[in-house]
Amino acid sequence: MPELFGTAELDALRLSLEVATRSVVCSLPAAILVAWLLARARFHGRVLFDAFVHLPLVLPPVAVGYVLLVLFGTRGPLGHWLYEHFAVELAFSTDGAALATAVMTFPLMVRAIRISLDNVDRGLEAAARTLGAGALDRFVSITLPLMLPGILAGAVMAFAAGLGEFGAVITFVANIPGRTRTLSLALYTAIQSPAGDALAVRLAIISFTLGLAGLLIAEWLARRVRRWLGR
Amino acid sequence: MLAVSVAKRRGAFELDVAFQAPTPGIVALFGRSGSGKTSVVEILAGLLEPDAGSLRLENLVLFDTAAAYSLPAERRRIGYVFQDARLFPHLSVRGNLRYGQKRAPAAPHIIGFDEVTELLGLAPLLARRPYTLSGGERQRVALGRALLSQPRLLLLDEPLAALDAARRAEVLPYLEALRDRLAIPMVYVSHQFEEVLRLADHVVLLEGGRVVAAGGIHEISLRPELAAIVGPDAVGAVLEGVISEADAARGLARLNFGSSTLLVTAKNARVGARARVQLFASDLILATHPAHGLSVRNSLAGVVRDIREDDSEAQLVSVDIGGASVLARVTRDALESLGLHPGSAVWVLVKAVSMRSHAF
Repeated sequence: MPELFGTAELDALRLSLEVATRSVVCSLPAAILVAWLLARARFHGRVLFDAFVHLPLVLPPVAVGYVLLVLFGTRGPLGHWLYEHFAVELAFSTDGAALATAVMTFPLMVRAIRISLDNVDRGLEAAARTLGAGALDRFVSITLPLMLPGILAGAVMAFAAGLGEFGAVITFVANIPGRTRTLSLALYTAIQSPAGDALAVRLAIISFTLGLAGLLIAEWLARRVRRWLGR
Repeated sequence: MLAVSVAKRRGAFELDVAFQAPTPGIVALFGRSGSGKTSVVEILAGLLEPDAGSLRLENLVLFDTAAAYSLPAERRRIGYVFQDARLFPHLSVRGNLRYGQKRAPAAPHIIGFDEVTELLGLAPLLARRPYTLSGGERQRVALGRALLSQPRLLLLDEPLAALDAARRAEVLPYLEALRDRLAIPMVYVSHQFEEVLRLADHVVLLEGGRVVAAGGIHEISLRPELAAIVGPDAVGAVLEGVISEADAARGLARLNFGSSTLLVTAKNARVGARARVQLFASDLILATHPAHGLSVRNSLAGVVRDIREDDSEAQLVSVDIGGASVLARVTRDALESLGLHPGSAVWVLVKAVSMRSHAF
C-alpha cells in the first residue's frame, strides 16, 4: 500500500500551516493595537480608519492581492524599498503569502479582540490606577490578561481562515509548489488537472480535518480561559 | 488636615464642595444617593478631574487649578476601596494583595503583608480566586489590597452597601480594627448613619452636590440638616464618653461624659474604653421634676437651649446637659402643658435599653 499522503499534500499542508502561523504571529500585536485604537482612542478620522481596517472583509480577495502586488511587487514602491534596504522579496515568496493572508484575516482578528476589549471592566483599570499602576503597566497587567479570551478567539479564527486563504495569495504570490502552493491552491490545482481527483479528495479531507480541529481547539481554549477568569 | 474645595459639572449635576477635616481619623461623607459622595472620592483619588478648585492632604497638594497642577491618580498613593470590591479576576487573592504592594514606594512603609492578612483574617483565603469569595470576603481582600499599597489616605466608598446585614456585621469590626491600629486618615462614604456612628470622628453632610453641614459627630447629630436626611425617627444626639463601670453579669455599663453619666446596656464593655451612644429624640422623656417610681434608669438634669419645629405634630427640644446636648421630640401639647421654653430647667429621662450604643 502506498503512503496515505504524498509529498504534494504534505508540502501544501506544511506550507499552509507555516503561512497561517506566520501571518497570525506577525499581525497579532498590530491587531491588538488597532483594536485598542478603535475601542479606546478618540481621534479624527476614526470612522474612516475603522472602515479601512475592515475593507478586506468586503473587497474581492483578488483585488486585495492585486493591490499588494502593486505596492509590494519588486517594482512597487514598498516592495522596491524593502528589497533595497532589507533584501526582502515578498512577491512570489512564502513571506508574501503570509502577508496576503495576514491582510485578509486582519479584520477578523481585530473584531474579536475589540469585542473582548469592550467587555473589559474599566473599573478594574481605575482600581489598578489607584494602586499605583501607570498606563502601560495597567495595560499589560490588567487589560491584556482580561482581553485574553478575545485574543485567543481572534488568533484561532484568523489561523483557521488563513489556512484556506486563496484569492489574495494566488494573485499576489502566484501558485509555486513548495513556496506559495498552500492547501487551497494545491486543491485548486488538483481539481484543474485531469488526473487530480484522488489528490483533490485527500486535500479536501486534510482541509476539513484542520478546520474541525481548529474550531474544537478554539472552543476548548475559550472555555479554559473563561474558567480561569471565573466567568 | 484634609482640605477639599472643588467644583465639577457632570451633565445636569453640579458638584460644589468645600470642607476641611482633621487627620488622622475617619471623615464620613454622609448623604443620600445622588448627593455627590462618590464624585468627591473619585476626585480625591484622581479618577475624576474637577473643573476648578484645590485638594490638599497635610502639606501635599494633590490638585490645584490655580497652579494648573494635578497629581496623576497612580502617583497619589490614595487607596480606594470600591463598593463592588473590583478585585482582579485573573489574579488570586495573594496576587490581588501583592498588586499594590509591588508598586508602592519603599518608604514610607505603613503596613506589611503579614500584618494585613492577620488584621483582616485573610490567611485562609490567599490561594483562592476572587470569584470563589463571598461578598464580605471580597471587601476584606479589597481593603487589604488598598492598605498594602501603603496609602497616605484611604477612601472607602460604601464598602458595606452591597452586603447583607450579616456580611456587614462581619466586615465592620475589621474596619474598626483598622481605625484603632493604623494612623492612616480615611474618608468613609455612607448613607447608613449607623456605620458613621460606629466609625467616624468627623462628618460632612452632602445634599445635592453641596456641603450642608460639617463637624464632629456630636455636633452633626444635633443638626436639622441631618434630620432631613435620616428622617425624624432616626434623629438623636450622639454622645461620646468613657466607661467608668461595667457590670457584665447584668449587661450594663456606666458611661461618663462631661459632668453627666448614663447607664447603658453593653455586653462587652471594658472600664476605661471610649464608647458612643445615640439617644433617639423620640425615646427621650422630658420632666419638670425628678422622676420617682419609674423604670427609667437615667435621669439627667439639664436646661432647655432651644426649641425648633420638627414636623407638624412634634417639636424638637435641645437640652444642654452639662457640656453636651441631647434632642427630645415632644408634642406641642406637652410643651405647652409643661410650660417649657429656652432656659427652663428640665430632667431628661432615658431608658438604658433604648440607646444605640457602641463601645470602642
